[in-house]
Amino acid sequence: MNNAAAAKTVHQQPGPGIPDDGHSADHGHTAGKAHAEGQQHPLKIYLLIWALLFVFSTFSYLVDYFNLHGMLRWTLIIVFMLAKAGFIVAIFMHMRWERLALKFAILIPPLALLILIGLMAIEGMHTFITRFGAFGH
Amino acid sequence: MAQDASIAAQAAPAEGLDGVVADWSGDKQAFPVPWGKAMMWIFLLSDTFIFTCFLTSYMNVRISTTANWPNPSKVFALHFGATEVPLLLIAIMTMVLITSSGTMALAVNYGYRRDRAKTTALMMATAALGLSFVGMQAFEWTNLIVNEGVRPWGNPMGAAQFGSAFFMITGFHGLHVSAGVVYLSVVARRVWTGFYDRKGTYETVEVTGLYWHFVDLVWVFIFAFFYLW
Repeated sequence: MNNAAAAKTVHQQPGPGIPDDGHSADHGHTAGKAHAEGQQHPLKIYLLIWALLFVFSTFSYLVDYFNLHGMLRWTLIIVFMLAKAGFIVAIFMHMRWERLALKFAILIPPLALLILIGLMAIEGMHTFITRFGAFGH
Repeated sequence: MAQDASIAAQAAPAEGLDGVVADWSGDKQAFPVPWGKAMMWIFLLSDTFIFTCFLTSYMNVRISTTANWPNPSKVFALHFGATEVPLLLIAIMTMVLITSSGTMALAVNYGYRRDRAKTTALMMATAALGLSFVGMQAFEWTNLIVNEGVRPWGNPMGAAQFGSAFFMITGFHGLHVSAGVVYLSVVARRVWTGFYDRKGTYETVEVTGLYWHFVDLVWVFIFAFFYLW
């Protein structure tokens, strides 16, 4: 306990507002810098991502509008969806600038859902075949 | 505050995988972010599981049904006289939600610049766009229930599971948007009254932004899998 308390006192001395990024140009956009005063980035990147989200949404709407079908339709839908999701998480939600430990903690667990999706797809097809066999069409 | 001060003052932390090991094995707070942000991310992670379960169950019933799945492109079309525009309302709702995500991102940015007026205005704009989204969704539900005869247990167009999947998924998302509008309004009011100036940090605006962007993120998946598939 004593050690922890002492460590805290030592840490507090420089204070939270200290500009620690002044001359460490080599660290550039590291997370450590961003956390000193929260996530601050140029407006330009937000406006760019905003525009891209509109473009990709329009594209995915056009997939339906032009009535594309089959593999082409599914591929385009998935590609535009993942692009939009990636931009939102990486830039708007600032995940790109977070430390790798947080990225791992948040982005890896959802991969377990791929197993659920896979199993439920297999189960769904099994049910379909069973129903088809029992009831026809 | 003392906690945040010690976070900010830590010496340049290791990057990459070494950084992960250092963050997770060190005798210290694992995630060097404000606690509200870490908790919001963990909440959003759990919400990801909830929405994926909904979408997965939708996938499962859609695969397993032997009846034809109603064509969303036709079901959600808007009619202007004789012309039928597929999915028009949904496309507008998507654009409204993306616009609101953009205004929210700017609000977070102006928050960290301590620009109270712009932050409040942008957050209220975000809330207003969210409200209009919910309004359009209410219109869509009404149209589907009254004019198309869609019920959770059946509909005249095909597979009975269409209604339950639709109401469950879009209803839960709509609830998230509605809750987000309340959340945004409360935080925007606090920005306006200078609450976060007195607190000394605008990180709450960023945390609110995380929630709002997540609502937009979920819609991206609903749009792709329910409306376009």
